[in-house]
Amino acid sequence: MPHCLLILLVFFWARAASAAEPPFDVSEIAPGVFVHQGAQAFPDRHNQGEIANIGFIVGERCVAVIDSGGNPAQGEALKAAVAAKTKTPVCYVVNTHVHPDHIFGNRAFKSKGIQFVGHHNLARSLALRGSHYLQTAARDLALSLTADALVPPDLSVDDTLMLDLGGRRIKLTAHRSAHTDNDLSVYDEHTQTLWLADLLFVEHVPTLDGSLMGWLATLNELATWPVKRVIPGHGAVRQDWPGALEPEKQYLLMLRDEIRALIQRGGTLETALARVGQAARPRWALFDDYHQRNVSTAFAELEWEE
Amino acid sequence: MRIPACPRIFGILLAFGLFLPSSILHAAEADEAIWLNTLKPQYFGDKPIEESTAVIELTAPYRAEDPALAPIQIAAKIPQTPTRYIKTVTLLIDSNPVPFAGAFHFTPESGKADLAMRIRVNAYSWIRAIAETSDGKLSMHKVYVKASGGCSAPIGGDLDAIMKRLGKMKFRFEGQPAAGQPTQAQLLISHPNITGMQMDQISRLVQPAHFIKQVKITFNGKPVLRAETDISISADPNFRFWFVPQGPGELKAEIMDNKDMAFTASEKVAF
Repeated sequence: MPHCLLILLVFFWARAASAAEPPFDVSEIAPGVFVHQGAQAFPDRHNQGEIANIGFIVGERCVAVIDSGGNPAQGEALKAAVAAKTKTPVCYVVNTHVHPDHIFGNRAFKSKGIQFVGHHNLARSLALRGSHYLQTAARDLALSLTADALVPPDLSVDDTLMLDLGGRRIKLTAHRSAHTDNDLSVYDEHTQTLWLADLLFVEHVPTLDGSLMGWLATLNELATWPVKRVIPGHGAVRQDWPGALEPEKQYLLMLRDEIRALIQRGGTLETALARVGQAARPRWALFDDYHQRNVSTAFAELEWEE
Repeated sequence: MRIPACPRIFGILLAFGLFLPSSILHAAEADEAIWLNTLKPQYFGDKPIEESTAVIELTAPYRAEDPALAPIQIAAKIPQTPTRYIKTVTLLIDSNPVPFAGAFHFTPESGKADLAMRIRVNAYSWIRAIAETSDGKLSMHKVYVKASGGCSAPIGGDLDAIMKRLGKMKFRFEGQPAAGQPTQAQLLISHPNITGMQMDQISRLVQPAHFIKQVKITFNGKPVLRAETDISISADPNFRFWFVPQGPGELKAEIMDNKDMAFTASEKVAF
């Protein structure tokens, strides 16, 4: 019986520890560029989707929030963090893509004078996926959200869009289908900081929900940009450029090459799911949560290659 | 940990929502009710169905990583002879909004009634393959799959690329076809197979369903495989099947979707 008591104590201690709210911290990684680094975790009922890197860029006239967080409460925490760092008002909320860990904080920022900005495909993607995301948030994240958590963009970026924050310009680029079909990057000219969001995964295994070939092409284009530091969607800010892109690129190339070879030999999706890329497991966090799905998505794309 | 020693503790842990497997089991039992009360009477009336793997065996991933693209295989355990053969395989996914995934009809010329395809699974569910042999007998094999959201999930990552290729088809052969021998072929169809369940939460509009409802594959005009299909078949439908080329000729696919758009493709078979 003493055993049982111990089990119970450990269980409640673990619950109490996990229930404690981690403080919401932002670091100024370059003058006026603030980042909250998310935990490298799978979205669940404990973290409630608070896993992505989110933050803001401060100009003389305006603040641009870059991704709003994984739920409305995290959006509120981010809003409070902005207010703690500057008196400058938020004018823009930039949604880098449709995934819930990046946009479910939007509701906290809805107000007159704040414009939501997204890729030209974001509204469509939000329309097609919103319903599904609300359901999975209820089931997997214990978040009960309604359609007002889905905020469609007021400003749509066709190709590139320059936002003037006052004494500081940020350049938004709508990329081709890559991580998703609605990836938007943010480049701060003043500090040569590139906010890539989920176009770059650091240590966290990349997740493919757009186009493998498009993502590889995008990485090659990005590598030519003048960049002093890069903010990934998941993982630590990096200063080696374009070296920071390399592990992700190698992972995507491995997917491409192994799956292509398998398709040429007449291999099936089932074989690909069992075999492709297993050697990469030790190099990536959350490999078992996402890798097979990446293989599945990549296979479905590559089997249509000419 | 010796479980029987701590019955109360486990009761307490249970109260905190641990031990999901038991709730999964309950879900499985509930699904059996859908089958017994609804699906079986609807599709098979009161005909007896033997549960076994003697006629067909279904393989599906226990946990589907991508619920909108779950690969499944149906292996025939009896040869397609003129005297006894598998006539139809019906595929049902109990918990899907439209449980009927497809009915696949074979002939003795099919060579082998094996099938493989990719399906959408919307909730933890039994998947059932029911074979009807030429003597009218029914045989079922069922597999439980943990997946969710496959039907309301968005269509692939790159809708534009899929729509651009709409109706395009490709055949692939497993190995070199040989005269008189069962040969495995794969038919790839580019079609979004939209389920009609992707509702726009903002406009409240639903992306209308757009899916393939008929597939007909012939070799030199003789039927190899005929199927009626529904929204549980994944985007870019993909079927692996067998046929027996008695001589050189042409394998042909004729497809029709629910908007009555028809597509055809053919492939020369030579030895």
